[in-house]
Amino acid sequence: MTTDTAKPTWRRYLWWNTDHKVIGVQYIVTSFIFFLLAGALAMLIRAELASPGPDFLSGEAYNQTMTNHGSMMLFLWILPVLAGFGNYLVPLMIGARDMAFPRLNALSFWLIPPAGLLMLASLFVGGADAGWTAYVPLSISGPPGQTLWALSVIILGTSSILGAINFITTTITMRAPGMTIWRLPLFVWGMLATSVLVLSATPVLATGLILVALDRTVGTHFFAVGSGGDPVLWQNLFWFYSHPAVYIMVLPAMGIISEVFPVFSRKPIFGYRMIALSSMAIAVLGLTVWAHHMFTSGMDPRLRVPYMVSSMVIAVPTGVKIFSWLATIWYGKLRLNAPMLFALGFISMFLIGGLTGIFLASIPVDLHVHDSYFVVAHLHFVLFGGSVSAVFAGLYYWFPKITGRMYDERVARFQFAVYFIGANLAYLPLFLAGLQGMPRRVADYAEMFTSVNQLSTIGSMILGFAVLPFLYNAIVSMARGPKADANPWNARTLEWKTSSPPPTHNFEQIPVVTEEPYAYGEDAAAGGPSPSPAAG
Amino acid sequence: MSEHTLSHTDEFKAGRALGLDHRKLGMWLFIASEVMFFGGLIATFLHYKYQLGFPEIASLDVFQVGLNTLILLTSSLTVVEALSAIRHGRGGRMAIFLLLTILLGVAFLSGQAYEFYKLYEEGITLTSGVFGSAFFTLTGFHGLHVLIGVVWAIVVLARGLRGAYTAEQNMGVEVFGLYWHFVDIVWIILFTIIYLIP
Repeated sequence: MTTDTAKPTWRRYLWWNTDHKVIGVQYIVTSFIFFLLAGALAMLIRAELASPGPDFLSGEAYNQTMTNHGSMMLFLWILPVLAGFGNYLVPLMIGARDMAFPRLNALSFWLIPPAGLLMLASLFVGGADAGWTAYVPLSISGPPGQTLWALSVIILGTSSILGAINFITTTITMRAPGMTIWRLPLFVWGMLATSVLVLSATPVLATGLILVALDRTVGTHFFAVGSGGDPVLWQNLFWFYSHPAVYIMVLPAMGIISEVFPVFSRKPIFGYRMIALSSMAIAVLGLTVWAHHMFTSGMDPRLRVPYMVSSMVIAVPTGVKIFSWLATIWYGKLRLNAPMLFALGFISMFLIGGLTGIFLASIPVDLHVHDSYFVVAHLHFVLFGGSVSAVFAGLYYWFPKITGRMYDERVARFQFAVYFIGANLAYLPLFLAGLQGMPRRVADYAEMFTSVNQLSTIGSMILGFAVLPFLYNAIVSMARGPKADANPWNARTLEWKTSSPPPTHNFEQIPVVTEEPYAYGEDAAAGGPSPSPAAG
Repeated sequence: MSEHTLSHTDEFKAGRALGLDHRKLGMWLFIASEVMFFGGLIATFLHYKYQLGFPEIASLDVFQVGLNTLILLTSSLTVVEALSAIRHGRGGRMAIFLLLTILLGVAFLSGQAYEFYKLYEEGITLTSGVFGSAFFTLTGFHGLHVLIGVVWAIVVLARGLRGAYTAEQNMGVEVFGLYWHFVDIVWIILFTIIYLIP
């Protein structure tokens, strides 16, 4: 049950282990495998869309590929990889020995591989083909794999909920002496806000999926239109979770960014409390906006306006974050290492995703571009340009802490360049396609969209290639990279005050916290005093 | 690594910062997620109730279920008594009240089984229509929670008989009690919206 230190170190990653650091790595590695699989599906989709007309995927095969690409990316990559960072970092950052419920923590992880295998298995019995949104009645009448898909997502949701209970309890009850609520690193704030959202929203998705599964297996009538079932009910249950899910997937990512900027700018973070509070504001507001996905579902027009307003209001706390980050790097002593490059990539691409989100929240624009590639482009800028960029920033930033070795900076910078070009080339043309009316989720398209689709396909292939230098760098550096000392970035949060990698019990002595986590520039060692931002 | 044990176990004991036990907080958070889960099911039931009218509600036996409600409410009282007993160090009294809780829980489940049986006799089933689907899913998930509670009560009772709880150390009983009261409160809401509100 507990960690047996006599065993060779790598073996403990393959079995039940209650050390939060082992679990964190288990999460990150497992989800990365699904990232590669889902990425392969994406390249399959883009290859099919390289020219108009059905090429090598039938309509059915295309729908299954598209559905499982989305579901795996969201449920088996972004959610678990961020939970992995949370597991590894939250106890270290607050000066705790482990999570509050170590065994529950191990259980949260071990629910993921079976759920992932279930989703993969579903592909062989006629995969789910109703999109990741699984709209009824399509998802009720779909192939058998749809039931396995629903079960898989229910299990992954359960894992998320158990994780959220653990994160909140750990943050509230296990902080080291002096680690007051206003000294929590911003990544911990992000995990806290996300966990609140998971607890509020994920159970509702479970409700909806259980109803779908019952309709499919037992023959209940929840969504059977003939007996009075109401498809719009599913949309409400689904989006009640799935809109907040976007914030669940981006708040920890914003937390990672908030860690990276001050370290690589050698300046205290600008507006610490505002960034922390804006995370909580996004969490609360995020629960009130879901029906903006349903403007075209025949809802009462009077109901649309409040949803439009609440959706647009979310831009305010998000803007607070963006401007605070800009003010943080303003006049900073920038070090353009890979984590910083990916953080800058995050801020530029997330901004495009965020701004187009305001377009989509506006009712007339939404009615025009609904279910078009505009939505696809928006989502990919938020979740790939945003969350995935932050994940890479985090992977590089904490690589020395987790592995005890430094990665190769030149290869990492090269990877960023390929990644950034690939991502923008893959997603920017899709805005154009969407505005011109290209519908999403179709294997075929009109001739007029050929050139934008070819650009996007080239971009996606470049993007797919960008993962190779990362894998090479990670594997080679893990084996042969130069040893990293405890604090290679000269950072100030607690995880850098213990050895790399940290011992099983995290800290040789219980840390006593006496200062804010981002007190850069207040002594000579940290880079000297720096001017405050001129604007903010 | 035994040389590194230091005072970690004492100093890092969860619950130090707020004087709040981590098991209790964890249970409250779990209950919060359960509120949202039942919230989804209740919203589904109410949505269809107002859309379709649910004439089948007339076939429900308010008197029998009211009696069942009384049984479940009483079981919350016995849980309170059990916790209070162990806080005074009276393990035997706690065991008796836990046993009563288990019996009341089983009585509630039997009552629910009888109600389901009668409805099936009348042709109202899980698959007979939207009402059957919504009714049996909602009350069935609640019944499942009671069943889990009964099993949990048996575990607490067994641990109690082995002397696992004392006047000072009884968090296991308290956390179980939180869950049981929550399941009880859910039933009060379900009884109101399904059986009482026309």
